[in-house]
Amino acid sequence: MPSVMLKKNAEGKLVFYVPKKDLEEVAESVEFDSPDKWGGEVLLSDGSKYYFEPLDAQPDFPITLRAKRLDSGE
Amino acid sequence: MAALTKEETEALIQEVLEVYPEQARKDRAKHLAVNDQSLEKSNKCITSNRKSQPGVMTIRGCAYAGSKGVVWGPIKDMIHISHGPVGCGQYSRAGRRNYYVGTTGVNTFGTMNFTSDFQEKDIVFGGDKKLGKIMTEIEQLFPLNKGISIQSECPIGLIGDDIEAVAKKANKEIGKPVVPVRCEGFRGVSQSLGHHIANDAIRDWVLENRDGDDTWPTTPYDVAVIGDYNIGGDAWASRTLLEEMGLRVVAQWSGDGTIAEMEKTPKVKLNLIHCYRSMNYIARHMEEKYKIPWIEYNFFGPTKIAESLRKIAALFDETIQAGAERVIAKYQAEYDAVIAKYKPRLQGKRVMLYVGGLRPRHVIGAYEDLGMEVVGTGYEFGHNDDYDRTIKEMGNATLIYDDVTGYEFEEFVKKVQPDLIGSGIKEKYIFQKMGIPFRQMHSWDYSGPYHGYDGFAIFARDMDMTLNNPCWKQVKAPWKTAESSNVAVAASA
Repeated sequence: MPSVMLKKNAEGKLVFYVPKKDLEEVAESVEFDSPDKWGGEVLLSDGSKYYFEPLDAQPDFPITLRAKRLDSGE
Repeated sequence: MAALTKEETEALIQEVLEVYPEQARKDRAKHLAVNDQSLEKSNKCITSNRKSQPGVMTIRGCAYAGSKGVVWGPIKDMIHISHGPVGCGQYSRAGRRNYYVGTTGVNTFGTMNFTSDFQEKDIVFGGDKKLGKIMTEIEQLFPLNKGISIQSECPIGLIGDDIEAVAKKANKEIGKPVVPVRCEGFRGVSQSLGHHIANDAIRDWVLENRDGDDTWPTTPYDVAVIGDYNIGGDAWASRTLLEEMGLRVVAQWSGDGTIAEMEKTPKVKLNLIHCYRSMNYIARHMEEKYKIPWIEYNFFGPTKIAESLRKIAALFDETIQAGAERVIAKYQAEYDAVIAKYKPRLQGKRVMLYVGGLRPRHVIGAYEDLGMEVVGTGYEFGHNDDYDRTIKEMGNATLIYDDVTGYEFEEFVKKVQPDLIGSGIKEKYIFQKMGIPFRQMHSWDYSGPYHGYDGFAIFARDMDMTLNNPCWKQVKAPWKTAESSNVAVAASA
């Protein structure tokens, strides 16, 4: 259950940062990404997958959230 | 010597690794790589921020060095107590050349050493009482100090002293910030964790001090320079450029910095990060908590300076953008003259670097502006995100080495035969004795500043006077040169 620091980059894409692992990756897709629901599975550009408990609203980025690691890719 | 191809570089790494026992070889192989610009992520080719192998000569420091030496030490109006035995503080005292303005011992304390000088009885009975007493004494002897930080040395963590409690008590007594920093040297694999711990201490004990206090007037052009330690005056050379383009530099972290500046930083509009490795943590924290964006910039060499000034200006309005262009145009004649003078003398020379923090990638641009080429680089304590940023800066098939050992570095140098090496004091004399010109890139070899346009002129002059120094022609014994052996042959005939 790593703490993940999320922010939007200049292109409006979600940037995923795990301080302990120096993992800085752009998120390819977010399962639920609408004004009234956000979260679910997040696929990173290196192929790994994380899961966020869905929230009722868009979080106010940048923000630190807990994520579950689903699959490390490759 | 011509540039190595990818295969030759790989063969070189294998050759150097051969002397290690199998386990060590496997481990070290992960830290040495041939640069490949097509890679997006460094973790495909290099491992970093791992414990050094026992028995090798590593060049790394400790967490105390990262906190007291790098992040906290340069804050000039605070007193930093090296809490523990006397050596750690005394042997690192005033060695880092972070310049500051002020009267040392009266209102600034940068080059002084304050220590609790632990003795056997303090280890046995604990040093909390002594620490409390020291702070009372400090307050009497140096009443103009603006705060105290307690920098733990190894024994503090080992005996489990409660420095936080002492700090809270002292804070009430003296009414100034007292910051306990748990930066015992044994924490982490290098000084890098010390930076992180120091950043966390700033976050927990300093940054919120002025939350909710809006009495301080702000402007839309407030910025903070973060991660510039003012080595030889670097931060001053950077600051003038930013101010000339119309920005207001509110805080300098931490070279020539004060605690008041740090407390005001959450009110700025943009954080400018020079040393990403040691200060990104606090920038990310401020981004999340205070919604202050941050960007990295690079003030080494005119190409990168212009790029950075434009990048910074793009985040502000037209007046600042025009200001950036004005600054670049103003200094153009100056840096063109520097390049015209030194480029012919330095063209095509090859450099190997091994430093820490930001320089292994940041100075590449400055060398390239002088027509030189960086053929090998590496970080003492970099993380993967540093190498991600390095891959694109370095040429293809160049060497990258993480936490290089003394042996590996010497062997690489023997094979690659660079014209100049930039590293630290521990490496300097080895390579000078090998007959290779050397510059210290931690302390700028007692020169500097190297940042900004003013710094670039000094940088170019220093590289030239080191590389083209006539002494390098004298390294070979006169009876061993080709000329003298011809004479000997003629004489014996």
